[in-house]
Amino acid sequence: MPFPYYVSPEQMMQDKAEYAQKGIAKGRSIIVLEYQDGIFLFADNPSSSLNKISEIYDRIAFAGAGKYSEFESLRKAGIRHADIKGFSYSREDVTAKSLANAYSQTLGTIFSQEIKPLEVEILVAEVHDDPQTNEIYSILYDGSISDEKGYTVIGGKADAAKIFLKERYGSNMPLKDALKLSVEALETTVNMKMTINNMEVAVLDRSRNGRKFRRIRGGELEALCNA
Amino acid sequence: METSSFYDLLLSQYSNLLPQLKLEGGINNMDEKGRLTNIPFGTTVLALKYKDGVIIAGDRMATEGYQVSARRIEKVYRCDDYSAIAIAGAAGVCIEMARLFQTELEHYEKIEGMPLTTEGKANKLSQMIKGNLPLAMQGLVVIPIFAGYDLSKGEGRIYKYDITGGKYEETEYYSTGSGGKDARNTLKKLYSLNMPADMAIAAALEALYDASEEDIGTGGPDMVRGIYPTVKVIRKDGIADIDPAQIEAAYKQLINSRRRAIAKEK
Repeated sequence: MPFPYYVSPEQMMQDKAEYAQKGIAKGRSIIVLEYQDGIFLFADNPSSSLNKISEIYDRIAFAGAGKYSEFESLRKAGIRHADIKGFSYSREDVTAKSLANAYSQTLGTIFSQEIKPLEVEILVAEVHDDPQTNEIYSILYDGSISDEKGYTVIGGKADAAKIFLKERYGSNMPLKDALKLSVEALETTVNMKMTINNMEVAVLDRSRNGRKFRRIRGGELEALCNA
Repeated sequence: METSSFYDLLLSQYSNLLPQLKLEGGINNMDEKGRLTNIPFGTTVLALKYKDGVIIAGDRMATEGYQVSARRIEKVYRCDDYSAIAIAGAAGVCIEMARLFQTELEHYEKIEGMPLTTEGKANKLSQMIKGNLPLAMQGLVVIPIFAGYDLSKGEGRIYKYDITGGKYEETEYYSTGSGGKDARNTLKKLYSLNMPADMAIAAALEALYDASEEDIGTGGPDMVRGIYPTVKVIRKDGIADIDPAQIEAAYKQLINSRRRAIAKEK
């Protein structure tokens, strides 16, 4: 009977992590930051229909970087999780924390048990009436989860963009400043010009009634860029 | 391929969450004709088209047999920005079905990234009513009216249903529930094509008033407690509730004019 080759668990995990990181590094970045009226989400995305940012529930948004097909199925699973919870309990019982934990479990299990890890990084953000209690969670390909304050970046050049933001981010900035800062952050780190055709912009705006998620596009985005 | 429908998701994986009811008491809950007696039933709802879209309205009373079980129950529900559902029938199942339908539309919109068309929403509702057929056979009938503003056609649309899920589009107005026939009679007299909003709202309120006069299951305007029928308008810029103060004023006017008409006869 032939024995399978022995690979140590450390080696196997390291290989998987490297594989996933490589996949994610190829992708473009997404910036999420808290602004005056809630949470601002900004992605470098040349497609106007294959979204990287989307609505999950009344106060919760999702952003995914890496392989589209993989974060898209995570996004749908999140919407199912949220809608079932909201339907069987109440709309207020759907929280970003529970959703982020569910994502973390799923990604963690896939990372340790499947041959191919998911090449994704995702963000779950929830806006609250009190800005101090806003929640932003980032979840990595291996299921490790972290709670972010103020701003964060996922995807390709995340670290460089984070360093850029660290120096310039200020709390309570208006929407147009949040957009301007995000554009600058991506332009300097990726070294390419951002136009409204490759921007995907959305907000969780606490001043809205009911569903807080709103996309900013077309004429409104153009006006905001020139403001 | 995974479904974009919340209803199908519940059906296949969480069927315990679907609106359903197991009647433990069996025959004890029924009257001599086999109808359920100790479950609240809701009553007259209507919809009519007007110049800029569609108006949907309903009274607020629920009855259990010959008793009033609730005075301020809601029978007209907003589904999304461009549609609403009004339901007559067993109150518990109606409310659950309205909530399920709201989630259904929102779920589809989020998963697919765009909302269903008005026709698509109306068809989905038809399937959900079909799924409720076993309950309907036990007397838990749920008969909705679905009204929406069709952005592609630029007009309001009204759909009525039967208990088997059959879907029929109405071109002018419709009313259902125990007082539905009375309300329809009034609407028939008052309705005209392309009515302005205030006239259409007044017609809807008068129809509900007439239904409440003729039908014991329909509540009229309750001036003592300040409970008035729900009226929603759906038009190009979305759905809006009509302010109860405006409804109250319209009713005062209607009642005064009826008083004068009766005084004249004397």
